[in-house]
Amino acid sequence: MTSVHVDPAPGRIERLNRQVDYWVTVYKRTWRGSVISSFLMPFLYVVAMGVLLGGLVDSGGASLDGAPSYLAYIAPGLVAAHAMQTAAGETMYPVLGAVKWNKTYLGMVATPLTPADIVTAHLGFVVFRVATACGAFLLVLGVFGLFTSVLGTVLAFFVQILIGLAFGTPLYAYSAGLKDPTPFAVIFRVLIMPLFLFSGAFFPVSNLPDAIEWLAWLSPLWHGVDLTRMLTLGTVDGPLALLHVVVLGTLAGVGYWWSIRRLTRRLMH
Amino acid sequence: MSQPVSHPDPTAAPRTSSEGPPSLIRATGLRKSFGDFEAVRGIDLDVPAGEAFGFLGPNGAGKSSTMRMIAAVSPPSAGELRILGLDPATHGPQIRARLGVCPQEDTLDTELSIRDNLVVYGRYFGLPRSECASRADELLRFFQLQEKARQKVESLSGGMKRRLTIARSLINQPDLLLLDEPTTGLDPQARHVLWDKLFRLKQQGVTLVLTTHYMDEAEQLCDRLVVMDKGEIVAEGSPLALIREHSTREVTELRFGVGQHESLAERIDDLAERVEVLPDRLLLYTDDGEETLARVHERGLEPAAVLVRRSTLEDVFLHLTGRTLVD
Repeated sequence: MTSVHVDPAPGRIERLNRQVDYWVTVYKRTWRGSVISSFLMPFLYVVAMGVLLGGLVDSGGASLDGAPSYLAYIAPGLVAAHAMQTAAGETMYPVLGAVKWNKTYLGMVATPLTPADIVTAHLGFVVFRVATACGAFLLVLGVFGLFTSVLGTVLAFFVQILIGLAFGTPLYAYSAGLKDPTPFAVIFRVLIMPLFLFSGAFFPVSNLPDAIEWLAWLSPLWHGVDLTRMLTLGTVDGPLALLHVVVLGTLAGVGYWWSIRRLTRRLMH
Repeated sequence: MSQPVSHPDPTAAPRTSSEGPPSLIRATGLRKSFGDFEAVRGIDLDVPAGEAFGFLGPNGAGKSSTMRMIAAVSPPSAGELRILGLDPATHGPQIRARLGVCPQEDTLDTELSIRDNLVVYGRYFGLPRSECASRADELLRFFQLQEKARQKVESLSGGMKRRLTIARSLINQPDLLLLDEPTTGLDPQARHVLWDKLFRLKQQGVTLVLTTHYMDEAEQLCDRLVVMDKGEIVAEGSPLALIREHSTREVTELRFGVGQHESLAERIDDLAERVEVLPDRLLLYTDDGEETLARVHERGLEPAAVLVRRSTLEDVFLHLTGRTLVD
């Protein structure tokens, strides 16, 4: 065997680069299965809710926070919810599986990689999944002329990644310390689905009874939906937009820190 | 396949106890606790380069906890530990870069092809793709898996999976190979194939550290071993030295009728260095088994069945760690 030069003290980028081949193989074997949920389902929602239900809503003369049509109103909400769902799907079963079932992480941590490297690369893959799923979604909706500005749509694209991380990192941290997958079904039912339905994707949260309207403010998805909508409709409210970014950014940051901590404890005990 | 043993970085040169090769593992007063439970209770180790070193012990003796600390994936609770002359608390990635680890349970990616398992793993060590590919092919040949290279891991038998796991642990040409129960669960044929491979690696100069609860495995592979029990080292030495030190040269096994062994033991306990009473037989530890048997006959005892044999590591092991089940 020839001897080769290997960087004895690789930097963070190099340590992530070393995991690219792994994630490419993961994507190669899973992309077919994710095509329907990532690229087709969103459009079924657009057609059913935006076009068909929307026709009914528009004829009723509803007030839609300045959106020209129900389709234009609901589209950014669906994109943001899609970012949340894609990130959640990639950070629950796959994380627990890599720790517990196929033990991929246990193999990785026996190499120079650290738990922080493993978390970061996995989240990089989550970003890739959110970016491709939501990017394609935004592109098609944009081509159909639903958004007012190209710049706003481009910014909205980056907001989707932020939404993905705001959900992905805390869920990653949670999954990394779990013993069994039972809580996942509960999370889908009591967290993901209610947020999807009541965070302003389908109707203005001001339509909620006053007593629970404030609850929507606690929903990270509402911050994401509202921010995406501002950008795509060109109705940006500066201070509120900043608040949205801070809320989502804080969740992503704290979740990232917590993920590294939990995975380190799980793998390096 | 050549496995050059590159010695530790001279700037971090480990202390050498004598003129011999440098210590790859040195531990003093090493401890590991999980909450209130103390899995490893202060052990000392010194494993020089080129040695095949074994940890023997019943389940729960602390072997795997010790191995995980040596693998730099489990911080010691107390004591000093140096792997390849480096402190795992501060140089974990640098240490792991030069280790090969074959864990107790396979951590192969079952959905990848056999060859991709090796290539993807080599990338974690920073090896270029072309290098990963050529090493993968070489390892597949060495472990007789080349015909299966394109198949998925799922299609492999247990023995083949173990070989693949060991092949994977060699992709970075490690200075130190850690094997946690490498042949548990394999059939005899698969175990012998694996032993043959490990023996060849040892001849190439790879330092092997393994845990096992198979005595024959320890005798086959280990130059030196320690017996662990309840988190402590209870004996240390080469397999032969351990037998000499903790057992007699031979053992005479006598079978009488059920229920008679306890009372008969008293009548002959002066004939052997030690007499052990089991439900189905008596074990007489002695230096000359035939001679002892003759004396037993002299006393008018006629056992239903007799076996005179050499002492084995198993006798040592059971003597030191007891016959009671631990879990």
